[in-house]
Amino acid sequence: MIRIIISNLIRFAALVFIQVFLLKNIGYYNLATPYLYILFILLLPFETPNWLLFVLAFTAGLTVDSFYDTPGINAAACSVLAFVRTIFINLTVQRQGLETEPEPKLGIMGFRWFFFYSGILTLFHHFTLFLLESFTFSDLKYTLIRIILSSLFTVFLVLLSEFVFFRKKER
Amino acid sequence: MRNLWLFISKYNAFFLFIIFFILSIVLFVRNNSFQKASIFNSSNQFIGSAFETINYFQSYLNLTKVNDSLAAENARLRQEQKVSFYNDSLDMRTVKDTSTHQQYTYIVAQVVNNSIHLRDNVLTINRGKRQGIEKGQGVICPSGIVGIVINVSNNYATVRSLLHSETKISASIRENNAFGSLVWGEGNFDPRIAVLKDIPNHISVKRGQQIITSGYSSLFPKGLPIGRILRTGVKGGESFLDIEVKLSTDFSTLQYVYVIKNVLALERQQLEALDLQK
Repeated sequence: MIRIIISNLIRFAALVFIQVFLLKNIGYYNLATPYLYILFILLLPFETPNWLLFVLAFTAGLTVDSFYDTPGINAAACSVLAFVRTIFINLTVQRQGLETEPEPKLGIMGFRWFFFYSGILTLFHHFTLFLLESFTFSDLKYTLIRIILSSLFTVFLVLLSEFVFFRKKER
Repeated sequence: MRNLWLFISKYNAFFLFIIFFILSIVLFVRNNSFQKASIFNSSNQFIGSAFETINYFQSYLNLTKVNDSLAAENARLRQEQKVSFYNDSLDMRTVKDTSTHQQYTYIVAQVVNNSIHLRDNVLTINRGKRQGIEKGQGVICPSGIVGIVINVSNNYATVRSLLHSETKISASIRENNAFGSLVWGEGNFDPRIAVLKDIPNHISVKRGQQIITSGYSSLFPKGLPIGRILRTGVKGGESFLDIEVKLSTDFSTLQYVYVIKNVLALERQQLEALDLQK
């Protein structure tokens, strides 16, 4: 239990660090901006109670927000993300298997499940994020392009990092 | 209460989502000036467009009132236009002939109403009693004579045009001073032609001779041009010539006229009236 908490804390710190000091400066003409820190919420254990999930997601969003000087946007997006996560897990994961599969990881859940999981959750997160950021429907086409390209970029990074750590865990 | 609690705990994810989402939105709107401004702006836009729509329909209900006020304003503006002002600055020209002590005063007037196609044509000028115009004064224009003032109001006067069946003007032929009276409208209603009557048979009259005022009446000074002889002839059995005169005045384009004020007219009339009484 403590091991899980510590590993999640380290993951949180590392992802936020990468997000605000590395990925903040990376982007493709403001069209594709990766938000890798949501991996922290994606990888929280299945058994996390909902209130803790929301608190953690909100905290993660707010932390990133405080570095991005956009209080509230990422927090709102992460709240959506957490809500979609609970629905998605309720629909796809059996309650009985929770003991053997403690964390929604690529190595445990399989590539297909994890791909859909990360893809759908990222899409919801980015959708909320970019819509709130533009805060208008007048440039909807541009916003949608941003959402799709950024989601592709983020999912790519999520899968990449999962593959990297997947191999490490297998050892 | 228990059921409510069960309901909330069953769908706790949703309620947590609502709580956190609203919390972050509140944070977001309060801390970002653009979103703050745009929320208030959009609400203002909505309210503004609603008011605009209501206004649009209300304006139909007020249309009569608005039309009335616009018409009143139009009338007021029309009153302020230069055309609406009566120009009473007097333009007088005086001819002083010290050798004969006779004095004619000319008052410029503008023709404001005119007709040439009637049997008895009358025109109106924009000078009246206040400007010194009196009944019976002669009216001329630069090219010839126009008529006689018949009625005068404060600011207007009506002029019996030469093209009037009752107008009779004493005229003479310039070359030989034979005089007659110029009339119009006896079998001839051409506004360009008048008839000079009472010229005796024995006087030789040629086409193109000039007809001028004789000066025998007190209306016109002697020598004003009237026109030129167009055709001459004798009506059967009469001892007077019947001379058609082409008028030099173009009545159809008359604009500015001069009213002749004869200062000595009254004296002369009184004198002549004495002779008539005997």
